[in-house]
Amino acid sequence: MSKGTLFDKVWDLHKVGTLPSGQTQLFIGLHLIHEVTSPQAFAMLRERGLSVMFPERTVATVDHIVPTENQARPFADAMAEEMMQAIEQNTQTNGITFHDIGSGNQGVVHVIAPEQGLTQPGMTIACGDSHTSTHGAFGAIAFGIGTSQVRDVLASQTLALSKLKVRRVEVNGSLMPGVYAKDVVLHIIRKLGVTGGVGYAYEFAGSTFEQMSMEERMTVCNMAIEGGARCGYINPDQVTFDYLQGRDFAPQADEWEQAVAWWTSLRSDADAEYDGLVVFNAAEIAPTVTWGITPGQGIAVTETVPTPDSLTAEDRELAGEAYKYMDLAPGQPIQGTQIDVCFIGSCTNGRISDLREAAKVAKGRHVVAGIKAFVVPGSERVKQQAEAEGLDKIFEAAGFEWREAGCSMCLAMNPDKLQGRQISASSSNRNFKGRQGSSSGRTLLMSPAMVAAAAVTGKVTDVREML
Amino acid sequence: MSQVQSIVQSVSGRAVPLIGNDIDTDRIIPARFLRCVTFDGLGAQVFADDRSQLSGQHAFDQPQYQGAEILVVNRNFGCGSSREHAPQAIAKWGIKALVGESFAEIFLGNCLAMGIPCVTAASDALQTLQDWIAAHPAAAITLDLEAMQVRFGDSCIPVSMGEGARNMFLGGTWDACGQLVAQGAAIQQTAAKLPYVSWSR
Ligand code: SF4
Repeated sequence: MSKGTLFDKVWDLHKVGTLPSGQTQLFIGLHLIHEVTSPQAFAMLRERGLSVMFPERTVATVDHIVPTENQARPFADAMAEEMMQAIEQNTQTNGITFHDIGSGNQGVVHVIAPEQGLTQPGMTIACGDSHTSTHGAFGAIAFGIGTSQVRDVLASQTLALSKLKVRRVEVNGSLMPGVYAKDVVLHIIRKLGVTGGVGYAYEFAGSTFEQMSMEERMTVCNMAIEGGARCGYINPDQVTFDYLQGRDFAPQADEWEQAVAWWTSLRSDADAEYDGLVVFNAAEIAPTVTWGITPGQGIAVTETVPTPDSLTAEDRELAGEAYKYMDLAPGQPIQGTQIDVCFIGSCTNGRISDLREAAKVAKGRHVVAGIKAFVVPGSERVKQQAEAEGLDKIFEAAGFEWREAGCSMCLAMNPDKLQGRQISASSSNRNFKGRQGSSSGRTLLMSPAMVAAAAVTGKVTDVREML
Repeated sequence: MSQVQSIVQSVSGRAVPLIGNDIDTDRIIPARFLRCVTFDGLGAQVFADDRSQLSGQHAFDQPQYQGAEILVVNRNFGCGSSREHAPQAIAKWGIKALVGESFAEIFLGNCLAMGIPCVTAASDALQTLQDWIAAHPAAAITLDLEAMQVRFGDSCIPVSMGEGARNMFLGGTWDACGQLVAQGAAIQQTAAKLPYVSWSR
């Protein structure tokens, strides 16, 4: 069992007790909710006559079903409207802060909590959403939960959990130009597999992560879950503190100094013990693109779709399914694959730095005729900041649509969907069958800069040639 | 305050094999069906896209498996999103227990919170079990959580489950909500010790 890691320290501090089953009752410092996984939880509370124990420790927003074009209420989609009304009522009745559309604070739940300074080192954070792992970028223990567990957190601010093991995933060295945090995490998942992290928290460590901005760290931790790790984290450092200082909910004045001291004390000890260690070299990481139907099926943009004989017996079966579904042949170069739709956004890559990188590529170029390309800021604040920097104008001049904040075509619960067999270049996190709204639609995951490159060339392109 | 207490020592019933690794939650219940405020009605939509693509050949549509109560899957079942809609849809279709080579973490937690045992077995044992079910679709099998085995015909395979989860099924405490709420004083004490809980913002 791990010892002396940030995970161990934060876990122990939040331990309320041991349940008769042997599981830990863990206090949850920040609970985030959204419209898709919370209405049933509130219904369960009502059925049991329970109330919300710490309403001030839950924060709500809407993201999944939000239309990114016409946001006039009532929504055209009656079901989406019903979900909106449910979260409005539930938050109001229970005294929970709700960041509604137009408040200036709405957006994808994993984008808004960090940008408001709600996400802090040393916290336990839970949300009815698997990409809650994102918040681990700050040195929090953050993980996704299901709706019955959302109920448990509302009712008791705690969860019944078994402790995870901790694996240290080290990446050292500087990334080559044109290689981004997204490529790093796609590379890690490719190497460790989509089940490599099951039962583990991933501690991302090493000079590559130390050099990353908070937004880049969030991209990496966001996709820990795609590697099977329910949570991923990075030890807090000066980069973390600089990001947090002055944000709405960050501690201030005397409390700031106390906070920094406490946060620093939580870092994994130099002699901490781990349940596993893997080491990568940043110089070996290239712009990475997925070719298949899991985020683990990734290759460098310069590589060819793997042939069955290059794969282990375990991977071969899934590869067969992927060739067929994706209509890609083994041995075929991924570069040059024709694209129909380009999506820049999501909690993985919908932050301001992502939009800046994509805009650099889009600037002075134009989306190829017949391709639909659109940019969906991760939050209202990201949108506002991007507009202040003129990024919206760059995108529009290049033929991209500029949208309102939300999850959009990351999972296509709103009107943004692939049609039929369309293939998308997407900055999101999942390339599962049917993920982007068409049951036969196809997704290639890549960095936002790579998506922009695909939009202006019409095909999968090595962004390094365009910088 | 009502608290559901229900001991799960074993589950017996007909079984349905669902072959394939990495079957994700988007396939179990496509996102468009998450546009709802209750879990009612999800049973009809489980595996909607896979089923329509296989036009009747999906295990959940095959006549011999109708009424099955134990789902036998392969590796990394339920990976992807945290949506409880996925196990809810499977449960509403009629499934009361799952056997597989491995399950995604959050999916497993959801099943536990719903009182649906998920046990794991070695891949060759699973294949034997899946083949046997295909040959004997009308026969009941038994998942025994006390003996930690699945029995079918004259055979049985050993299965595993996390100790904490197993205790919760055997003790009837898988619905943790009441137990958690009952610790009000201890919860307040833990909160009071956390520096950030008392910071002014
Ligand atoms: S952007 Fe995508 S992955 Fe992130 S919360 Fe929304 S739907 Fe989930």
